[in-house]
Amino acid sequence: MTDQTIQRIASDTPNVAPGFVQRVRGLSDRAVAWLFIGPTLAILLAINIFPLIWTVYLSFTNYRANQPGREVKWVGTRNYERLLGSEDIWGYLQATAHFVVWTMVLQVLIGFGLALLINRNFRGASFWTTLILIPMMLSPAVVGTFWTYIYQPQTGIFSYIIDFFAGTGAIDMIGSVTLAPWAIIIVDTWMWAPYIMLLCLAGLRSIPDYLYEAAEIDRANALQKFWYITLPRVLPFLMLAVLFRGIENFKMFDMVVELTSGGPGSTTELASINLKREAFEKWRTGFSSAFAIILFVTVFGLGNIYVKALNKVKS
Amino acid sequence: MRILMTTALAAAVSAASLSGANAQDKELTLCWAAWDPANALVELSKDFTAKTGIGMNFEFVPWTSFADRMLNELNSGGKLCDLMIGDSQWIGGGATYGHYVKLNDFFEKEGISMDDFLPATVNAYSTWPKGTPNYYALPAMGDALGWVYRKDWFERPEIQEAFKAEHGRDLGVPKNWTELREIAQFFQGREIDGKKVYGAAIYTERGSEGITMGVTAALYPWGFKYENTPGKYDMEGAVNSPEAVEALEFYKSMYETATPPGHSDAYMVANLDAYKSGQVAMQMNWFAFFPGIAKDEAVGGDVSGFFANPSQNVEGSTLGGQGISVVSYSDKQEEALEYIKWFAQPDVQAKWWALGGYSCHVAVAGADDFAESTPFAGEFLKAMGSVKDFWQEPIYAELLQAMQKRVHDYVVADQGTAQEALDKLIEDWTISFEDDGKL
Repeated sequence: MTDQTIQRIASDTPNVAPGFVQRVRGLSDRAVAWLFIGPTLAILLAINIFPLIWTVYLSFTNYRANQPGREVKWVGTRNYERLLGSEDIWGYLQATAHFVVWTMVLQVLIGFGLALLINRNFRGASFWTTLILIPMMLSPAVVGTFWTYIYQPQTGIFSYIIDFFAGTGAIDMIGSVTLAPWAIIIVDTWMWAPYIMLLCLAGLRSIPDYLYEAAEIDRANALQKFWYITLPRVLPFLMLAVLFRGIENFKMFDMVVELTSGGPGSTTELASINLKREAFEKWRTGFSSAFAIILFVTVFGLGNIYVKALNKVKS
Repeated sequence: MRILMTTALAAAVSAASLSGANAQDKELTLCWAAWDPANALVELSKDFTAKTGIGMNFEFVPWTSFADRMLNELNSGGKLCDLMIGDSQWIGGGATYGHYVKLNDFFEKEGISMDDFLPATVNAYSTWPKGTPNYYALPAMGDALGWVYRKDWFERPEIQEAFKAEHGRDLGVPKNWTELREIAQFFQGREIDGKKVYGAAIYTERGSEGITMGVTAALYPWGFKYENTPGKYDMEGAVNSPEAVEALEFYKSMYETATPPGHSDAYMVANLDAYKSGQVAMQMNWFAFFPGIAKDEAVGGDVSGFFANPSQNVEGSTLGGQGISVVSYSDKQEEALEYIKWFAQPDVQAKWWALGGYSCHVAVAGADDFAESTPFAGEFLKAMGSVKDFWQEPIYAELLQAMQKRVHDYVVADQGTAQEALDKLIEDWTISFEDDGKL
């Protein structure tokens, strides 16, 4: 910002104290820039960076937030050792990985498939698009609750439909160790495949028609057009959608708590659910801080690798 | 002179009206769980407002999130609640972390004697450390885990005949857990009035405290102990004793062979629903719900019968219930103590029982006609005579979550053996007590 610009702004602004212009005029461009980004930076430090550093510190202590008067002792790496040596923690991480991987696979397949269908611009396409998008507009807690009724083995529609077509009898999706992990995957896919569809649709609609026309001239078949035009053009959108959903599902909490409470046993106890239990039910703040750091490093590391891959695809 | 008199009169009138307005303006907030007895307390508290002019607000939270919500409130030093009817297990934390006001001096000053309340309730709801005369609550709501059964089904001749043919004895209230399971299995899948019914609705909830409350209802009659020596935290051989293993295996067999389909995450409301809808022959639930069941349109009156938790090796029932405490962060402690003073009166306690609350006052629960006053009162007294509670340690929530996980893993998810589940539970509890400096 030049001095002339500052003067112009100041002169255009009514009721500015006379000293202000001079004070601003005395500042360098760099100082003015700091003036603008300073408050944002301060807020960022206060609510993001400081808590992160504080969490790292707490992860090496025996601190409990519900016992403010208790002596806080430095316990070294004990919390990390307990975490990494615990079969239960590895179980929660495995459950989380199973959930994230399968929801991503199913949501990409279904979301992309739906986007290809909707992109055909058939009659009533707008209506169907709106209808498909409804699940992602609902609250996850509400979705979790009403799917417990849908999955109810005696009165739920899900069990009835499966029994009607496959003659399985009543199936207990939530109470079965084998089925419960799939129960939460199905609900999440039902809810969020439309989101993937939406981003893919944006990608599909950004592909210029002349590319397909040129392919027609070159006598490319449908599969070749899909492989060489559609997929590469949509891939950055798809990868972005997977990044967003992957991070969200790594942190999944509300829907699963309402649906299964992490059960049966600990079958669907995802990392976030256990983290909440450690932090705010057991009040093992130091231990849960260490768990949070491990999860943060995992998501941050995987996210970085993924973003690099995404940039590569884009370029 | 006349002017002076008029001014004095006006001042007196306005002072009186102001003090009246102040009494009207005073309000207390009482925090408790959202359930039937809470509605009775709202009704009862109208008398307090009428007598003192102090208004009452209520903050009721569903049981499944009650502990989460209210313990967070206490831990953060919140001023939302002036009075807290906290669960019995909170007393250790409430006293140790200074959430509750110690009431000894107040009781002494107001002539409130703990001898006027049932000893089991005083010990469980009011004292910390256990067994010492340090009071942090007044016993407010006596409760224990009991059973409700379809008396009308049990009395049907064709059902009685079928049961006798199968088991060689009359169908009736079970005397022990073995009989309880036999009866539940007898009803499992049976057709009654053209509808398939099931044996028993038992607690299996994972998220808060459900399955622990259910499992301990079996563990205690088998003679389960938390420690070999009280206060020593020596759990090896007590928590995982052969009797405890047998009881846990028994509870699992109840879950697998005598509960309705999909009953894998059930607590109070789910059991009530299963019972009221005619799905099950029996349900386990807190006595607190029994007044509502006795009055229910579908299953009230002669349709239902009630019994205390059956024995096995010994008598034993899981303790429920709560004491009422003054929250130390409240700015209205004086008014809150006023409420406790009023609540402790025998006539108020009698009305509390009449409205559906379980009075712990000897003048009410110890009266000659108490056992006959309702179909479940006698069973309630029987249960209260042999109640046991979960750990009441300040870190009880951590201990509870560990047990929720271990027993749900075994009973519902069918992972490992009962012995392994209890061994792992000892490991978890040992770490917790070590971290807390008790071991």
